[in-house]
Amino acid sequence: MDYALIWAILISVAVFAYVALDGFDLGIALLFPWFKKEEDRDVMMNTVAPVWDGNETWLVLGGGGLLAVFPLAYSVLMPALYMPVIAMLLGLIFRGVAFEYRFKTKRAKGIWDLSFIIGSLIAALSQGIMLGAMLQGIQVTDRAYSGGWFDWLTPFSFFCGVAVVIGYMMLGSTWLVMKTKGDLQRQSYRAGWYSALLLVACIAFVSLYLPYVDPFIAERWFTYPASVGLWVLPILLVGITLGLLRSLHKKQEGRPYLWGLGLFLLSFAGFAVSIFPYLVPRSITLWQAAAPDNSLKFLLIGAVVLLPIIFAYTGYTYWVFRGKVDSDSGYHD
Amino acid sequence: MFESFDALFLARFQFAFTIAFHIIFPAFTIGVASYLAVLEGLYLKTRNPVYQKLFRYWVKIFAVAFGMGVVSGIVMSYQFGTNWSVFSDKAGPVIGPLMGYEVLTAFFLEAGFLGVMLFGMNKVGEKLHFFATLMVAVGTAISAFWILSVNSWMQTPAGYAMNDVGQFVVTDWFEVVFNPSFPYRLAHMLLAAYLTVAFVVGAVGAWHLLKDKTNAAARKMFSMAMWMALIVAPLQVLVGDFHGLNTQEYQPAKVAAMEGHFDTEARAPLYLFGLPNEETAEVDYALKVPGLASLILKHDINAEVTGLDQFPREDWPPVATVFWSFRVMVGIGLLMVLAGLWSGLQRLRGKLYDNSLLLRFSLFMGPMGFVAVIAGWIVTEVGRQPWVIQGLLRTADAASPIDKAGVAGSLIAFIVVYFLVFGAGTFYILRKMAADPAKVTIPDYAKHKPTMAAERIYDEEA
Repeated sequence: MDYALIWAILISVAVFAYVALDGFDLGIALLFPWFKKEEDRDVMMNTVAPVWDGNETWLVLGGGGLLAVFPLAYSVLMPALYMPVIAMLLGLIFRGVAFEYRFKTKRAKGIWDLSFIIGSLIAALSQGIMLGAMLQGIQVTDRAYSGGWFDWLTPFSFFCGVAVVIGYMMLGSTWLVMKTKGDLQRQSYRAGWYSALLLVACIAFVSLYLPYVDPFIAERWFTYPASVGLWVLPILLVGITLGLLRSLHKKQEGRPYLWGLGLFLLSFAGFAVSIFPYLVPRSITLWQAAAPDNSLKFLLIGAVVLLPIIFAYTGYTYWVFRGKVDSDSGYHD
Repeated sequence: MFESFDALFLARFQFAFTIAFHIIFPAFTIGVASYLAVLEGLYLKTRNPVYQKLFRYWVKIFAVAFGMGVVSGIVMSYQFGTNWSVFSDKAGPVIGPLMGYEVLTAFFLEAGFLGVMLFGMNKVGEKLHFFATLMVAVGTAISAFWILSVNSWMQTPAGYAMNDVGQFVVTDWFEVVFNPSFPYRLAHMLLAAYLTVAFVVGAVGAWHLLKDKTNAAARKMFSMAMWMALIVAPLQVLVGDFHGLNTQEYQPAKVAAMEGHFDTEARAPLYLFGLPNEETAEVDYALKVPGLASLILKHDINAEVTGLDQFPREDWPPVATVFWSFRVMVGIGLLMVLAGLWSGLQRLRGKLYDNSLLLRFSLFMGPMGFVAVIAGWIVTEVGRQPWVIQGLLRTADAASPIDKAGVAGSLIAFIVVYFLVFGAGTFYILRKMAADPAKVTIPDYAKHKPTMAAERIYDEEA
């Protein structure tokens, strides 16, 4: 069995679970500047307070999993993306503590609101920049990163950062549409509409720009007949975009978030197609990066047994906290 | 600011700084999670409302500390790669899967049930809520299991071979996980976490008793904490002794540094005080008890004890740091035993809450568990130097190819952010602890009251 490939898929699942779940947490913080009322902000935070911690654990699984099964990729990517990784970690600190600190003080509440917003912005931006930097390719010599200190920062990677920020705002607003009511929900519909339009524009730009500047990606997507199967992705993209906009327009409550996830899933698939079979693009393939089979097998047993259990109790937590959140929720008294 | 240091030193300092900060939170949350499970269990069994009050009192403190533990922990899971990429590449196939298991068996469990524990009381009913609390407590302990297995493997590696690209690969997972120092280190660390929290709880109880010795909630806290001190502190001394014997067997250079033994000798002395001098290989201003180290380490007063002279100079750990951290840890441990015995005596005399000297002493001991934990980690980690994996990979050969400027920049950022953010968190925790536990109100969980928002009271009304 090809354990390296199985693990590449599992790590992708973990990363996607992270993006899908922590995406709306971060998105809610990114929307704060447009939601100024304190009660609204309390409610927004309480819609994610019971689950954010579990959502962020997927990021730990992504990092820890990469170290476990693709140690070479981990040991090249971390130095290559040193600054955005550190920035993301620091950003996550500022936003993570805000969940508790914010309700511990009246005088400094504004400061922790700011810490929540700016921390989330830096984290989201850094994540997008890392995506962009990976798409650009990473230079490796002798099992070690050999590029420059600022290789990760280009107009393109920054654009990807902005795109992820907008994407998370879209996820955040569709989440709020599902979890809130009244004025707050009305405002979330509006935020969802604008962020969805902007996001689709960003996705379209990246999809057209990359093949234009990068022959590898152009060949991957435009080789007849090998690439024809891949064209289902852009076609689906159009369909899902229409579905998302239509469900927002019709004021559906649960659907917009699911359509939004679909948009992320497609972009994620597009990313995977564009870098495959590399894990460190153009330098190290997933098979070269993989740990010995015996390590892959050992952890795979655990993953096969434990991931379904994790999905079960995570699902249970979401079910416990299902339904609309209003200002009487939260334990902070 | 960092001109005189090289990138390696800065990377080491960064790891030491971030992990020393981080270890405070797990040590605290492992203990508090178990304490909360005990409190909630006792409440369900006895229906004594004081347990419910104490649960609500400590669960809020727990929430703040847990949040800080999560965010400082994420830093750790990426720091292996940012500053120690060679180590990650080489040791990843061994330690990576263990950390993977930590995430899968512990982190998700804690995080998944934390939400129910903090916010779910009016949604799931008290039995299920108790189950959630138990899962959080179990999760914290499982997490300790895996991460201490990883650390122990770096101290006493077993069950591995090398492959052709210079990576460690596993030949026997059981030997890796249950490597020789692991059981001792795990027991020592878990007991340390429980003791640390016992003394924090005791200090909070003592603080409120000093103001009002009839405060029932404070009495309950103080009493529970002093039982822990009486039973667990002596147990910890015993476990520590076993741990030391194990280290003596597998990492004799570390023990030699802990004891300040430059020379191999029979009837080796125990230094009560002294300044180890690596230049002259002597302990200056020594105050020593002849034969006592032999007695402790070999359980035989005449036994020969290995000194640093048996090891090449380049394999010595920094002696003074290890020597002094060890004395700080042991000193605090003995003070904990003293507190336990003293409280036991007061309890026998029926005056546990009346002796203000004992209460003041307990207050002083409040933060000492954290000091001991950090000192203990310095002993074991600095004592392993110059190796990152004992005898196999030198720390100097494990670092990332990162410029000094990069490591220095991120180090400064971590220092500033940690002091700012975790300083604020500590302030909020202390303010929670200053609140009177007897005044905790219990909302009516049975009815989901739409007026609860109006009851949201802040600690600080200004």
